[in-house]
Amino acid sequence: MTWLDLLLILDSTVRLATPLILCAMAGLVSERAGIVDIGLEGKLLASAFAAAATAALTGSAWAGLLAAMAVSVVLSIIHGFACITHRGEQIISGIAINILASGATVVAGVALFQRGGQTPSLAREARFPSIRLPGHDAFADIPWFGPFWRELVSGHTLPVYLAILAVPLVWWLLWRTRFGLRLRAVGEMPAAVDSAGISVPWLRYRAVIIAGILCGIAGAFLSTAHGAGFVREMSAGKGYIALAAMIFGKWRPWSVLFACLLFGFLEAGAARIQGTSLPLIGEVPIEVVLVLPYVMTVVLLAGFFGKAMPPRALGTPYRKER
Amino acid sequence: MTRLPAWAEYLLIPLLNISLAFGVAALVVMAIGESPVEALNVMIQGAFVYEGAFGYTLYYTTNFIFTGLAVAVAFHARLFNIGGEGQAYLGGLGAILVCIALDSWMPSLLLIPLAIAGSAAMGAAWAFIPGWLQAYRGSHIVITTIMFNFIGAGLMVALLAGVLMRPGQSNPESREVAEAARLPYIHDMLNAVGFDMASSPLSLAFPIALLACVGVWVLIWRTKWGYALRAMGQSESAAEYAGVPVRRMIVTAMAISGALAGLMAINTVLGAHGKVVLNFPSGFGFTGIAVALMGRSHPVGIVLAAFLFGALFQGGTELDFEFQTITREMVLLIQGLIILFSGALSLMFVPWITRLVGRA
Amino acid sequence: MTAPAVRLTGITKRFGPVIANDSIDLEVAPGTIHGIIGENGAGKSTLVSILYGFYTADSGEIEIDGRPAPIKDSADAIRFGIGMVHQHFMLVPNFTVLENIMLGAEGGAMLRAGKAATREELLRLERDYALDVDPDAVIEDLPVGLQQRVEILKALRRGARILILDEPTGVLTPAETDRFFDILRGLREQGVTILLITHKLREIMEVTDTVSVMRRGKMVGHRRTAETTREELAELMVGRAVSLQVDRIHAEPGEVAMAATGLTWRDEGGVARLTNVSLDLRAGEILGLAGVSGNGQSELLDILSGIAPVQDGRMMVGDRVVTREAPVGPAEMRRLGVAHVPEDRHRRALVLPFEARENAVLGYHDGARAGEGRMLSPAAMQAHCETLMERFDVRPPAPRQPAAGFSGGNQQKLVLAREIETQPAIMLIGQPTRGVDIGGIAFIHAEIMARKAAGCAILLVSVELDEILALSDRIMVMNAGRIVGQMPRAEADVGRIGLMMAGVSETGAAA
Repeated sequence: MTWLDLLLILDSTVRLATPLILCAMAGLVSERAGIVDIGLEGKLLASAFAAAATAALTGSAWAGLLAAMAVSVVLSIIHGFACITHRGEQIISGIAINILASGATVVAGVALFQRGGQTPSLAREARFPSIRLPGHDAFADIPWFGPFWRELVSGHTLPVYLAILAVPLVWWLLWRTRFGLRLRAVGEMPAAVDSAGISVPWLRYRAVIIAGILCGIAGAFLSTAHGAGFVREMSAGKGYIALAAMIFGKWRPWSVLFACLLFGFLEAGAARIQGTSLPLIGEVPIEVVLVLPYVMTVVLLAGFFGKAMPPRALGTPYRKER
Repeated sequence: MTRLPAWAEYLLIPLLNISLAFGVAALVVMAIGESPVEALNVMIQGAFVYEGAFGYTLYYTTNFIFTGLAVAVAFHARLFNIGGEGQAYLGGLGAILVCIALDSWMPSLLLIPLAIAGSAAMGAAWAFIPGWLQAYRGSHIVITTIMFNFIGAGLMVALLAGVLMRPGQSNPESREVAEAARLPYIHDMLNAVGFDMASSPLSLAFPIALLACVGVWVLIWRTKWGYALRAMGQSESAAEYAGVPVRRMIVTAMAISGALAGLMAINTVLGAHGKVVLNFPSGFGFTGIAVALMGRSHPVGIVLAAFLFGALFQGGTELDFEFQTITREMVLLIQGLIILFSGALSLMFVPWITRLVGRA
Repeated sequence: MTAPAVRLTGITKRFGPVIANDSIDLEVAPGTIHGIIGENGAGKSTLVSILYGFYTADSGEIEIDGRPAPIKDSADAIRFGIGMVHQHFMLVPNFTVLENIMLGAEGGAMLRAGKAATREELLRLERDYALDVDPDAVIEDLPVGLQQRVEILKALRRGARILILDEPTGVLTPAETDRFFDILRGLREQGVTILLITHKLREIMEVTDTVSVMRRGKMVGHRRTAETTREELAELMVGRAVSLQVDRIHAEPGEVAMAATGLTWRDEGGVARLTNVSLDLRAGEILGLAGVSGNGQSELLDILSGIAPVQDGRMMVGDRVVTREAPVGPAEMRRLGVAHVPEDRHRRALVLPFEARENAVLGYHDGARAGEGRMLSPAAMQAHCETLMERFDVRPPAPRQPAAGFSGGNQQKLVLAREIETQPAIMLIGQPTRGVDIGGIAFIHAEIMARKAAGCAILLVSVELDEILALSDRIMVMNAGRIVGQMPRAEADVGRIGLMMAGVSETGAAA
């Protein structure tokens, strides 16, 4: 394997990890505030559709991005309404949103485009272009570093860079600001926050809204940057894998980033392996490759890597109790 | 402590929740540019009125009874089994494996029960692993069961396009099971004794599903095992105190839950289709969640909710047929709304209702 | 004449059909320590929760320093200079002292600047009020007494001139309680008005200037502490004359029914919760285990009842030896004649959503009381429940009512009835009268005595020293997971036990 081969795999890794990173950060913010978010998958799917549909109708990827974030935030608010205001079962609310998204995306897709739920293929102008960072060409001839810059660092679409930025941003938000202190407190001991005179519901709503925004970017990435349009069920479980990465990363931004990159790397590597012969097994069938991310998720969750301690108040609706 | 009278809790509130779900769906239909009243009419015709419609409705109801029971049994232990889809799919594998091994010579009386047992066993096995991982490794059961749906789908595709594929075919599906393994159709049975019934895929699976309901009711509310399960679901620390082997129970409950979901396969593999078709669970595993929630995890409620969804699904097929702009995913949308209102927002109306009819 | 610091007029609050506060009037003079006493369920906590903005009253007025004070939420209360130290601390366990104190008044959107400023404020407050705490300590690592100081400092920093303390001494040793009262007196000198909510008569007599008594949601009396007695207050609390004594039965202790030797137990995090604990329970004898909660008593009860496995050490129940290699679970323990009344009634002893009759067989559901063979018989459970309810006068005698619908005292009676009915040879009893009214307490104490007279070997774990002293034949004291002393009842006194509870060991074991 050459340096270039490795770079191409890593390049693929970053792109495959992007929706995972964004959704996992979304889940992290939500769960650090005490709200379980099984609905990441549904938000991802719905915002992918919204982005593609809007881009197809307006010709602008940016409009698509805005629409994606808006749809995702709306779903987040519904989830918040059920869980925060009405203290409903958070897991069920999440599942409901996922099924709603599955149905609503096709219903809307058929109504708008009559293609069995798909959006029409997006033209280049309606998608996010790859961004060439300064030095993309200038460094090209420098050995080792040139290809590294050109293939791995530069040339990604906007959402990828947003995903990378999201990690330190979330870290800073949660550990260096007043809002973050309160958010983490409300996920551990909401009563403490309440008795300090801060509104628990408003804090939690803001957390889920932030989660919505991040998922929106992820969805837009899937259909208008990575792909060229919306296809039914295109989220393919990435929302759930992001959850697993969040648990594996113990709700800490940098560890979660590592977990997402790991998943991305495995998926990228698996795609490479497909069709080639491995020493003991022979030719690797495509089905194995396709289910590998899901199997890996289960293996990771089987906890061979230490016990994870979630935020203390996670999943428990807040009531003023006596 | 204020309690709602039973009729309010088990009838009024679910009705309100459903009405809200349908109301929102009606708005969506209007937004698409069609008339909700017309859509509803088409659905009702499709579910009940046309020749054979009622049989079809009950055929789908059968599926939902099985998956609903599966989710409900797990719910009683506060476990969220979202893997009904994969467990049903693998149930089909169980049935076809038994048939491949035995259906060339074994008579119906032995073969059918064995095939049924095979479905249940495979479904149970597919739920056993996530159950074990939750009990002994603390792995989040929601995520693992969902992952197992994807893994199950991948496995079945590989098998149906490979080893199990019907010889000479290019479609991924299994060979047909022998006549001896087929569950008799209800319309055949009724016609034989003089009752006129239009043909439909409704088979013996339906009464078997009803039997399963009785079985689940007895298990949960009339056995000591069921007592321990419910105690564990309501208060794990009290169950520990009571000497309930919590981890073992989690695994057993999931296995039973998986077995029930696996049984759904007999409706298609031994019933309507007579073979394993690609993606035959077609989302019914998820519908089971809605059914269990609406039916409050009680067999009577589940039968009623399953019937509603059976009608919805059958009516939805008609909708798809009649309207250009509406497909059967509309039913999926309604399903999501029902889960939302019956599950997460189920308590939304309680304060108002309590004020109206509650008593101490 | 100065206006009262707090004046409540006609405060009424309903929860559904229950009237928690019925037209309460209250006046508290500034710069005094005012006690509010009443039984569990009298409505004291509800009243002060209204004052702190947790609930809004259905009707009534609040005045602070003579001016109307509409308090809708805790932010309002804080603005009016009210601070509250809750019974269950409102502290984030894995935050530091500094972060907890900052919460709500961080001093800016960015934390860095706020932290420095708060640190200075905190050190100043600590000096002024003589309340030392390390700002960088993590809350869950601090002993309970220090955690309470953090709560007080939190309130003071927000400018509280009226401090509400809800059952503050439940988690303190006698020595810590004395220190705590000194702190209160110091605060009073500084002009802070203090509302002390408690159910303990002794505390009222010791530290308050004035006292109000609540009973069943109503305010039934105000007194100057110096002008009243414990008996008068008890009578006001209950509504009739009350004997505060329990009849002790003397019995000769018999055979050792259960013994533990060298039990050492670590939790999931590897922290030792029990170190080398040994004890024995003799037939016809009550062994009282005193100690502030959180010192290993819960873990000990869990091990003795079979819920938690033995790690190091061993147990003997009759002839049966229990070790790490030969574990015995709760079901087997019951078969061996061990009955367990858990400390946590709501989480362990009962399944609250279950009907009373279902709870009546909890732990015994595999046996005949719940039906024949593997089948559950509602009729059998009903009959059994009726028997229990009659014997122990559980009200209402409604076997089909969910356990959550019974009062604390009746719930506890049901649990006791269930365990006593099996005529166990050994009973492990944890906090039997927590949350129980005075009448219920008397009944429960009498029943425990009766079991002892019948030859049962009883372990009584309680944080209420009075209860331990009233019932025990022998007393052991636990601190930090070790037995730090034991003595026969005749040689026991509060001072000696108090020292042990605080960790001063008589056995020479390192505390």
